[in-house]
Amino acid sequence: MFHWLERNPFFFAVGVFLVVAYAGVVTILPDFMESARPVVGTKPYSVLELAGRQIYIKDSCNACHSQLVRPFKSETDRYGMYSLSGEYAYDRPFLWGSKRTGPDLMRVGNYRTTDWHEYHMLNPKSVVPGSIMPAYKHMFKNNADIDTAYAEAYTVKTVFNVPYDKPDMPKLGTFDEAKKDAFEAAAVIVADMKSTEVKEAFKRGEIKEIVALVAYLNSLK
Amino acid sequence: MQEKNALNYDYSVAKCFTYATILFGIIGMLIGVVIAYQMAFPQLNYLAGEYGTYSRLRPLHTSGVIFGFLLSGIFATWYYVGQRVLKVSMAESKFLMVVGKLHFWIYMITILTAVVTLFMGISTSKEYAELEWPLDIAVVVLWVLWGISIFGLVGIRREKTLYISMWYYIATFLGVAMLYLFNNMEVPTYFVSGYGKWYHSVSMYAGTNDAMVQWWYGHNAVAFVFTVPIIAMIYYFLPKESGQPVFSYKLSLLSFWGLMFVYLWAGGHHLLFSTVPDWVQTMGSIFSVILILPSWGSAINMLLTMKGQWGQLKENPLVKFMVLASTFYMLSTLEGPIQAIKSVNALAHFTDWIPGHVHDGTLGWVGFMTMAALFHMAPRMYKRELYSKKLMESQFWVQTTGIVMYFSSMWIAGITQGMMWRATDQYGNLAYSFIDTVTVLIPYYALRATGGLLYLVGFFMFTYNMYKTMTASKAIASEPQNASPMAA
Repeated sequence: MFHWLERNPFFFAVGVFLVVAYAGVVTILPDFMESARPVVGTKPYSVLELAGRQIYIKDSCNACHSQLVRPFKSETDRYGMYSLSGEYAYDRPFLWGSKRTGPDLMRVGNYRTTDWHEYHMLNPKSVVPGSIMPAYKHMFKNNADIDTAYAEAYTVKTVFNVPYDKPDMPKLGTFDEAKKDAFEAAAVIVADMKSTEVKEAFKRGEIKEIVALVAYLNSLK
Repeated sequence: MQEKNALNYDYSVAKCFTYATILFGIIGMLIGVVIAYQMAFPQLNYLAGEYGTYSRLRPLHTSGVIFGFLLSGIFATWYYVGQRVLKVSMAESKFLMVVGKLHFWIYMITILTAVVTLFMGISTSKEYAELEWPLDIAVVVLWVLWGISIFGLVGIRREKTLYISMWYYIATFLGVAMLYLFNNMEVPTYFVSGYGKWYHSVSMYAGTNDAMVQWWYGHNAVAFVFTVPIIAMIYYFLPKESGQPVFSYKLSLLSFWGLMFVYLWAGGHHLLFSTVPDWVQTMGSIFSVILILPSWGSAINMLLTMKGQWGQLKENPLVKFMVLASTFYMLSTLEGPIQAIKSVNALAHFTDWIPGHVHDGTLGWVGFMTMAALFHMAPRMYKRELYSKKLMESQFWVQTTGIVMYFSSMWIAGITQGMMWRATDQYGNLAYSFIDTVTVLIPYYALRATGGLLYLVGFFMFTYNMYKTMTASKAIASEPQNASPMAA
């Protein structure tokens, strides 16, 4: 049979494809619906948090930080409750990471605060002596992209039925409403920050990247 | 044999991809060395403002070496090997020549755009699939062009039986096509909502499912880019360079179909103790161990091809490169399954042992084999002998030293880190804060970066040797049968 296949490229290619493809079907499909179900209480991200999440991705925080607490005592002692599948139901993409050069951030919102993050992103060594993390000063200069964050929220609501605007769920509304809400949420964070640069920019109607990023990090619980 | 001599193979596309391999090799490995030193000396993060931080550069390094260096290496060898094992010249078909050149130029534009966009931070965050949807479409186009080239050449072949290398090239094409398509399923947000950046998209899968699809892709990108096409290369270049027939046809059959059957299952080992279903994790673990069989099958087949001919290692540095490549392949396909055992993975996952494992495969197996292949092709493409055997010998030892420094430091770093994360004091409390487990690794990071630097230096030696071979080496009258001619 193999000799025959080696002289018939079409059937050879079909054979290879079938042998290669079946494993994906068998492993991914059976639990697909089950794995997509949210845990009770899990809510989709607000627009400001989503904007922060996009910055987390833009600067590849996930290259060094995981968001997956494994069910070991040493991990639950360090980071909190181990991760449940349904907690990730609104994570598109998932941000588990594959390397912990820095600590896990799955529940960082439980034990770090806005001002801690502000100091840390300006100069990591100021709060964690010995840290090898780079400073991210540019996040205090660049503006967060609220438009694209809204676009993403609207898209997942429309295409994947993510429950925005449902009872007990975050409000999305129209673009203008969402933008107003994002500014209200940002005001709370800006008030907790020290940077005059960020505060003045906010008065001018700009939300800096750091504000959105902190909103996202604070939401990780 | 007469037939082969009668044919005038056309290497214009192979040459283009050879230059691309060298160019992207330098870029990708240079960035790799920079980010490795950044981990030891964080001040190096501020050389280029926002664009020079470790986190911005890391996807550039991975994409640069995988899709820049290695993919062009694969294409270069394909445009060389394909014609020869199918006994047909590309010059015989105008259509295939056009397809080949188009393939090259679309590839170059795509990768160069990818470099720029990754610097800008435009990323989907998925490892080895960071490119946003417009570039994904470009990748699909260039992949289809490569497919046309493969099956076009197969269509007009004179040699009716497909040689082993052909099986692996075809498998590379099909495997990557399937994986890339399904992992990059995403919805462009601008076209749904009318707001925001036009190139932004959101993944079709969420959370645990997204992780499953990503590591089904991520693991098998390793399979179908780092393994399958490299085996295609070694099955052609080692027998050709050494003049020895492949040791066993049956072993090559078993290894090929075994690898195809088993590899796709093993992705689950990236997700052990995560929230994916337990049975998927267990299957991932088990199949990873089974994967030793087909992997070692190929490697042993190659080593036994040299049976009774080990003297060639002394005379011919190219054979030495290839034999060491298969040896590193064996090492890394033993190490992988060990890390996939659940109890070992509990320690190793998230630590530096993982990049250590990746690099003994990529530097030792993939890098050595690709460079050896290009060395073998050069005298035949440029009709000149290789410029310097001595330089090749030094390159071999410089790079081998680099690899050993790399993986040994990362083994120690990874296991140290894993042990410290879980260490407890006499009352059962965690013994170390996280930062203790970081600072302790800095000497190992410095050692690793220096190992990487040695490898990069070796790559510059390779580049210089290739450049001199193309431009200044002694011309040869007829094509060498086996061992590549080289000046001392």
